[in-house]
Amino acid sequence: MSATQAATPRKGRARKIPRQHIDRRGQEISGWLFCLPMIVILGVFMFVPILMALWVSVSDWTGRGTPFGGNVSFVGAENYTDVLAKPGLAQSDFGTALRNNAWYTLIVVPLQTLLSLALAVMLNRKILKARGFFRTAFYFPSVTSSVAITVLWLFLFNAAGPINAMLKWFGVNGPNWFNDPQGIIHIFLGALGVKNGPAVLTEHSFLGVSAWDWLAGPSVAMFAIILMVIFTTSGTYMLMFIAALQSIGEATEEAAIMDGATPWQRMWKVTVPQLKPTIFTVVTLGIIGTWQVFDQIYTGTQGGPAKTTLTTAYLSYSAAFNSQEWGRGAAISFILFVIIIVMTWIQRWVMKDKKMSRRKRAEYEAMKAEARSMTKSEVMSLGASRSGKHAAAATATATVAGKE
Amino acid sequence: MNKTTNVSWFKRFRDSGVILYLILIVLALIYIMPFVTQVATSFKTDADATANPVALVPEIWTTAAYKKLFLNSDFPVWFKNSFIVTIVVTLGRVFFDSLAGYALARIEFRGRNLIFNLLLAVMSVPMVVLLIPKFLIIKSLGIYDSYAGMILPLLIDAAGVFIMKNFFESIPRSVEEQAMIDRAGTFRIFWSIVLPMARPALVTISILSFQGSWNELSHFIVSTQSSSLTTLTKGVASLASGQLSQGNQYPVKLAAAVVMTIPVAVLFFVFQKQIMNSSEGSVKE
Repeated sequence: MSATQAATPRKGRARKIPRQHIDRRGQEISGWLFCLPMIVILGVFMFVPILMALWVSVSDWTGRGTPFGGNVSFVGAENYTDVLAKPGLAQSDFGTALRNNAWYTLIVVPLQTLLSLALAVMLNRKILKARGFFRTAFYFPSVTSSVAITVLWLFLFNAAGPINAMLKWFGVNGPNWFNDPQGIIHIFLGALGVKNGPAVLTEHSFLGVSAWDWLAGPSVAMFAIILMVIFTTSGTYMLMFIAALQSIGEATEEAAIMDGATPWQRMWKVTVPQLKPTIFTVVTLGIIGTWQVFDQIYTGTQGGPAKTTLTTAYLSYSAAFNSQEWGRGAAISFILFVIIIVMTWIQRWVMKDKKMSRRKRAEYEAMKAEARSMTKSEVMSLGASRSGKHAAAATATATVAGKE
Repeated sequence: MNKTTNVSWFKRFRDSGVILYLILIVLALIYIMPFVTQVATSFKTDADATANPVALVPEIWTTAAYKKLFLNSDFPVWFKNSFIVTIVVTLGRVFFDSLAGYALARIEFRGRNLIFNLLLAVMSVPMVVLLIPKFLIIKSLGIYDSYAGMILPLLIDAAGVFIMKNFFESIPRSVEEQAMIDRAGTFRIFWSIVLPMARPALVTISILSFQGSWNELSHFIVSTQSSSLTTLTKGVASLASGQLSQGNQYPVKLAAAVVMTIPVAVLFFVFQKQIMNSSEGSVKE
């Protein structure tokens, strides 16, 4: 096996000359021919339609006939300003959708990332019986259709459903989940006696929604959807984490055990830092996915109760297909596109490795230099006395101070 | 003295892994019970489902919900439509994805980098943003409310091309070069030499395509209207929002959800290893 592999590159080089003069033109043509179906389909069903939708978003098309006919006129940025700047129903609907979606993302992304990471770490234990069973159990919800899961959730969380029946065992009167529009932060504040927001919050508003309502939190209905989405996505992300954990291997883990790190320290100081690229990917996919939530809303709540499960994607759909406000629907979908891009940029900026401050770097350099200059016996005696350690640290900072 | 024995008992308990198993079992129950409840309820009568929502054994076993679905509703039509679309889309994707993936991995032609970069750009466009655009183009092409409109836009997926490209880059070049010396045409090399070697990647693409198009909802919402072209996802979603029924009718709705889950569940259990190993499984939100 290794012999053939070693021989391959040599063979390749030897054959390179004949290959190049075999059919250079044939290669050109077949390359394009092979890609043709992809170019046609993606071009016709993605690229061209985006341009058409851009036109619709600046037109007053009402859905009758073709959007390129003579009776459709250019209205400039009107559809965008209706949603973003002009007070009215269009604006407050958009503000509400944005609020709902923001809370949804804010809760779903961290929870699904943490849960899938925890599942992966538990399943990655070297000695674990029935690993396959657990992995299957956690992954299965991810392969089933979101429509089927939503139907199931509507049953589980109906007012007299299994969840509320089980809550009753513990003496808890469950809410009427999918019909309860109260924000959970408002409910919490209400329990503390705060029924109405302070004037500062109720008088100021953004996008037609008062600051008090922005801070309402997800409604009880939205919270049920949040639980459902975490249930269905954690399996997929768990598999990503498992793959990453397997590629890391056990060497560093074993080294940490030898150094006497507790399981908790090993988790947060050894495993998690090495998983950083995967965590980054999972958070990015989570943000992109949560801003696109549509199937569950379409199947389950259609934006109700009281518009508290209205999401940006669903609003774009219903503005166009239900209210026949095609320009507005298209405008909202482009705004959503921008939101997704901006969100992933922000995330990239927040999660990227911060540059070390100059002072800290100098400190590290000094410590390294000192360690290099130490003799073996000095190193061995380091751990012996605490005062020695302090002294070493003191010299290190002294050198840094001197350098600066 | 007593204290130390206590500590060592606690330590032994902690290190034995019992806690880990307890946590895992509780979590697994939380993940599995909804599906068990779903199947159990689909065999209940309406009254039983409302009165005893938690019970896992129906008071009276009945297949009334399934009978109603298959004999007195459009459910068989939905199933047929989903089946047709899924099969055609899966076959199409396997062929076109690998064709394009091969060209991008192996064939040297001008414009290859440009095409590849455009592909990456396309992959980053969120699907939901395309709902209205897709409707516009399907309407303009005159294929609204037809199988063509349902199938054509799904025939290629950028992610699948990407997977195939990566796979073709991983197989050694020497095999094809031998064939090139024999003056075999590019398509023959692709079809009879390279493609048979790509079986693992083809299985991955097939699974992802099957699952993706079987579970697809939004595309069918914007591309069809008539009830004879309704797919399972669209049909069951309309059931959920209360068509066809007076009252709750949970058994019927849950039976529909069970039946629509079966094909993907079977696929999942047959190809479990394959699915678990392809870490770029489809991401669903």
